[in-house]
Amino acid sequence: MPTVSFTRALARFLEAPSAEVDGDTVGEALVAVFASRPALRGYVLDDQGALRRHVAVYVNGRLVSDRVRLSDPVGASDEIHVFQALSGG
Amino acid sequence: MADRLHVATRKGLFELARGGGRWEVAEAQFLGDPVSAVLADAEGVVYAALDLGHFGAKLWRRDAGGAWRELAAPAFPPKPADDEADPHPWSLGKIWVLEPGGVPGCLWAGTMPGGLFRSDDRGQSWSLNEALWHMPERRQWAGVAGGEQPGIGSVLVDPRDPSDIRIGVSTAGVWASTDEGRSWRNINRGMYAEYMPPELREEPIAQDVHRLARCAAHPEIVWCQHHNGVFRSKDAGATWHELTAIRPSKFGFAVAAHPRDPETAWFVPAVKDERRVPVDGEVVVARTRDGGHSFEVLRNGLPQHHAYDLVWRHALAVDDSGERLAMGSTSGGLWISEDGGDSWMMPEMRLPPIAAVRFAPV
Repeated sequence: MPTVSFTRALARFLEAPSAEVDGDTVGEALVAVFASRPALRGYVLDDQGALRRHVAVYVNGRLVSDRVRLSDPVGASDEIHVFQALSGG
Repeated sequence: MADRLHVATRKGLFELARGGGRWEVAEAQFLGDPVSAVLADAEGVVYAALDLGHFGAKLWRRDAGGAWRELAAPAFPPKPADDEADPHPWSLGKIWVLEPGGVPGCLWAGTMPGGLFRSDDRGQSWSLNEALWHMPERRQWAGVAGGEQPGIGSVLVDPRDPSDIRIGVSTAGVWASTDEGRSWRNINRGMYAEYMPPELREEPIAQDVHRLARCAAHPEIVWCQHHNGVFRSKDAGATWHELTAIRPSKFGFAVAAHPRDPETAWFVPAVKDERRVPVDGEVVVARTRDGGHSFEVLRNGLPQHHAYDLVWRHALAVDDSGERLAMGSTSGGLWISEDGGDSWMMPEMRLPPIAAVRFAPV
């Protein structure tokens, strides 16, 4: 199962521990995380479900290409990192 | 008179308490995070809206005697897939103003990109006012200067009738609902926009209403600091008369209305839109006590030498007595008056840039 981990910058606001979840895409993996931590969703995604402008998501160190539908594929051993983008200041 | 003041800044929320004639910080919360709006209600509940650069707009509440906890922030419904014509995002940008709805548990939130949200459970959950959002005219709303998104910066609920609501929009004029938000009309007449071509100069929707303030005891009296002038309405925002006596300039953002005296209001003028600093580097407050026929320029206790403080829309407040005022600036200046603006004191603190000040009701 892919692993999703979150920037420690979120710890000031809410708990966001790493998690191993089911999912074949970035979006499915995030949905699986948010199912158990619904408050986290709004920190990562905007109201339409796209990545927030100043949030960056990497799969095995590469930025995802689809920030709107989150369709980048992920495999069982992949690591997904959710970070704040430096564009946000 | 109010002895608690909430100050929302670029780097945290500061609660000031008055004791022994002095104002001191009683609590600093959300240190390091931008706070875009704050509301303290009569039950001792405080609401704070955060504008996190990376993680979006958030909403927190502190109950009387309790701890801060996060609430669900207002959120837009899914945008229809076939709707590509809407120039504005269907996603919360910033909570710009929070106001009590006049009935227990009810709150209104004015936001960027122009959504008006309502909660009936003290902020636990929110719903978009769809009637306003789906009006075709809403797509003509223009952005706040320097940004692309329109913002609802003022929400006025008639204290006599909570179903009667006015909102002020940058940039879309004044909108009214008399049926609790089920229908809306763009009502303002009599304003003019110097920044528009001549044929659009008096268009109601083109008016950049920086801030509205209403006399609580005489709700039909509404004051407006507009992008290029100061106006007053005697019919709850429908028709407006410019107050040309304003000094030392007619540009500014903030206005506060006396809670009982319909003739008294305060403004904080700045040079003009393309030079947003105090006139001659002197921070002053303009006060009228005769309905805007004349203004006094108040400066006692305010910086008068190379001061470049700007006071934003929500950074001037008056308490329920009409005697205590607070004013915060983009440079972090905070001044409090306990005599209706005649004199001002600066508490001993250096705060971050201030977005909003709000007294807690007594």
